[in-house]
Amino acid sequence: MSEVKYSKEHEWIKLDGDVATIGITKHATEMLGDIVFAELPEKGSSVEKDGTAGVVESTKAASDVYTPVSGEVVDTNQAIVDDPSKINQDPEDSAWFFKLKIKDPSEMDTLMNKDDYDKFAKETSA
Amino acid sequence: METKKTSLYQLHQDCNAKFVEFAGYQMPIQYSEGIVEEHKFTRNHSGIFDVSHMGQLFIYGGEDLIKDLEKIFPLDLKNLKLNHSKYSFLMDKDAGIHDDLIITKTKEGFLIILNAACKDNDFKILKEFLGDKYKMVLDENRSLIAIQGPKSSEILNDVINGVKDLNFMSGNWFTFENQKVYITRSGYTGEDGFEISIVNDFVDQLTRELINKGSKLIGLGARDTLRLEAGLCLYGHDLDKDKTPVEANLKWAISKERISKGDFIGSDIIIKQLNFGVSKIRVGIKPEGRIIAREKTKIFNQSDVHIGEITSGTFGPSVNGPVAMGYVENEFSKKNTKVFLEVRGKKHPASICSLPFYKKSYVKGVN
Repeated sequence: MSEVKYSKEHEWIKLDGDVATIGITKHATEMLGDIVFAELPEKGSSVEKDGTAGVVESTKAASDVYTPVSGEVVDTNQAIVDDPSKINQDPEDSAWFFKLKIKDPSEMDTLMNKDDYDKFAKETSA
Repeated sequence: METKKTSLYQLHQDCNAKFVEFAGYQMPIQYSEGIVEEHKFTRNHSGIFDVSHMGQLFIYGGEDLIKDLEKIFPLDLKNLKLNHSKYSFLMDKDAGIHDDLIITKTKEGFLIILNAACKDNDFKILKEFLGDKYKMVLDENRSLIAIQGPKSSEILNDVINGVKDLNFMSGNWFTFENQKVYITRSGYTGEDGFEISIVNDFVDQLTRELINKGSKLIGLGARDTLRLEAGLCLYGHDLDKDKTPVEANLKWAISKERISKGDFIGSDIIIKQLNFGVSKIRVGIKPEGRIIAREKTKIFNQSDVHIGEITSGTFGPSVNGPVAMGYVENEFSKKNTKVFLEVRGKKHPASICSLPFYKKSYVKGVN
């Protein structure tokens, strides 16, 4: 299994073979506040790198969730739709959003590693 | 213009508040526990809200003032008991709402609590109307805090003895550290609670004492989810100059006595609307499922005709689901009418429902 990578839109992505698991970062959940609604892409649909692939809403506002790489949606996490507060509790593990069969592994190279992301998150939230 | 800070700014910082600019003030939107926890804590225990940005207008006068204010507000102020409060509005001649407010009769005259974003304009309108006949003070030296929730009466009474004997929508002068504080049993959450007007120099001490007794500071975020569950309007969203009190479904707040006589600003339109009905009206809207329909969401009927718009919508933590209110054409305003809400390009089913979403628990019969 490869290392976890991060996008500027605050998604994390973990690649296992040609299937990537994607969710939003802890930093993102802290900025959003209490998440009370989640919408996920449809299984079987295709999503394009940096395109919209879902929505999360806090009590205050709605935010789009983007996909950091292109691919076909092979699984979605119904548990976070049924109880969106799980996203605040465990954003970078059990509260993943969707799994993609990725189209182009080289897209992974455009993303940040953990150190770079932490620095990026700190700078953009200051 | 530089944003103003309330006298509780330091305390908000000490409690790790996240701030937003609201009506020209730096106000706490939430603290470290977050909106949902703050909301639930208020419903189950007791929460303190800094509402010092709101206007506290004192108008001094007697019989003449009552007569003059009755030309402005659709209230029977003559028969309003001393230290009793009423919800009302400042309207224009077309009955458009310039502000909604709480007016209390005091020994010295009247105390009117105004929305922060409207207070300066309200003062101008009232000054124009009343002239220099009465002393009018939009008091910047006083802060205003609300303490809301089932434990609030006990907590506040521990600090300021006697408040527990107040009835809902009535008030009185009390003392705290030799300072005169005016306290009313009222609020904006649907819970039992109080609003406390106190000089700026003592509000920090009072608030810290209430926190020591077990209450907690609550931000504007939870204030919004609480008031929406309670079915209460927010000015600038659910109410504005293009809406009348009859359209806003607030005719209960207009005195029947005054309607029969007319003679207040906007009375012609109000009487006409009461007799002949309105084309649009404010309703509660319950989306099916979990989809949240926010302000400006379009409402459609079952034949896909656009019939109205959401004016407030969020997730209600105590209802544990989405809640909203908005205006629809009158013929679609009946309870249980099926409607559709357009969110992110898709139409989602919802139904018209009665307000509030969460049952109010006001204390009415203390004495």
